[in-house]
Amino acid sequence: MTDQNLGTPVTLPTRRDPACPFDPPEELTRLRDSQPLTRLAFPDGHVGWLVTGYDAARRVLADPRFSVRMDLKHSPLPRRNVLAGSGDKPAPGMFVVMDDPDHRRFRRLLTGQFTVQRMRRLEPRIVQITADHLDAMAKAGPPVDLVQAFALPIPSLVICELLGVPYEDHAFFQEQTAVAVDLEASVEQATVAAGRLTDYFADLVRHKRSSPTDDLLGGLITDSDLTDEELTTIGLALLIAGHETTANMLALGVFALLRHPGQLDAYRADTSLTDSAVEELLRYLTIIHRGSPSRAALADVELDGQLIRAGETVIIGLPAVNRDPARFADPDVLRLGREGARHHLAFGHGVHQCLGQQLARIEMRIGYRMLFERFPALRLAVPAAEISMREASLAYGVRRLPVTWEQA
Amino acid sequence: MRVITDQDRCVAAGQCVLSAPDVFDQREQDGVVMLRDPTPHPDLHDAVRDAVALCPAAAIRAQEGR
Repeated sequence: MTDQNLGTPVTLPTRRDPACPFDPPEELTRLRDSQPLTRLAFPDGHVGWLVTGYDAARRVLADPRFSVRMDLKHSPLPRRNVLAGSGDKPAPGMFVVMDDPDHRRFRRLLTGQFTVQRMRRLEPRIVQITADHLDAMAKAGPPVDLVQAFALPIPSLVICELLGVPYEDHAFFQEQTAVAVDLEASVEQATVAAGRLTDYFADLVRHKRSSPTDDLLGGLITDSDLTDEELTTIGLALLIAGHETTANMLALGVFALLRHPGQLDAYRADTSLTDSAVEELLRYLTIIHRGSPSRAALADVELDGQLIRAGETVIIGLPAVNRDPARFADPDVLRLGREGARHHLAFGHGVHQCLGQQLARIEMRIGYRMLFERFPALRLAVPAAEISMREASLAYGVRRLPVTWEQA
Repeated sequence: MRVITDQDRCVAAGQCVLSAPDVFDQREQDGVVMLRDPTPHPDLHDAVRDAVALCPAAAIRAQEGR
């Protein structure tokens, strides 16, 4: 046990260099290279830990002595995540902030719906939805905002169909979700948005309870003993997780490819890069970027020669973790086809690892491939420096991505 | 190599099926790991080692040299 690194606690680095929108905050990278496990000061006065090294991050996330419970964790964010519940209490059924065995009971009701095989059966439908949106883009003509024309509506429509949420309500839930996850919105604004989403979903669940439907929510209503409150929370969590994340990866991934023309040429020329490109973009871009994932120590745990005491909160600095040179050679280089890219922690690690990761992979695989096949000369319609980034959002990405192409 | 899986620990992330689909499958109802081949051909050993490393729940072991 050593106290050599226990200097003044740092605050969570969040400022990125505007000239390098794909790179983690420079200070986060510096910390990883000098003190991959360091004391972190939280806005509420708590002093916990920041992990920026790959091995330590994996160990924390896999260790049941570290809890995900909100009532035990301190938040490094300017405001709490209102979607997880109010105050210290998780919303009923909000299994992402429960430890096992509670977490496991809920997760096991859902895992059968997100298997590799089950997601592959959705492929033809995802191809169709993607083709429809590319047709609409071509018809509208350049320039278009790729977020609104492609990146947001495709995963939104896919998760709506999977869950059984009427897509015609998408403007409502996309808008409310955007407020609920915006860290610059006040806690009041975010709470109102989360409340509207919850009311909407509660109505939907009641409706499906009286007239059952053949979709994921309908199946849960028929086959599980979940309460309406639990179904509401779980349905809403899946809807938000299902479109916010993939939408940001799609648009940010396209931006990154357009800014790495050599890699994009290689991708276009070689269809064997289709799968590995997705993994490398997940690693390189790591959109879960601000104060998440996090855990609270349930016991004293020794980690890399430091003692993490029971009750202390540990934040994983994921963007720096996925660029750890001890795990990935030349980590700051985007290299599609990189061997071992799949070992990134972009989907997390441990029992909470992303439930929808196989769906996300398929949507990105189809999305990037079909977009660049249909629009081989796609390019930014504005200088790259003018692309506004979602720095203050739970998931990183671009606000808009104006693109253009030569019409045939 | 002998592959051992722990269905109680499994969280059904599907990482093993992506790594080595000839060795691992997922149960239809809950996605829990099913072993298709407990003694895979040596050509598949690297893929199995990848699955062991990638499993988020440490639910797979590979005993080497069997």
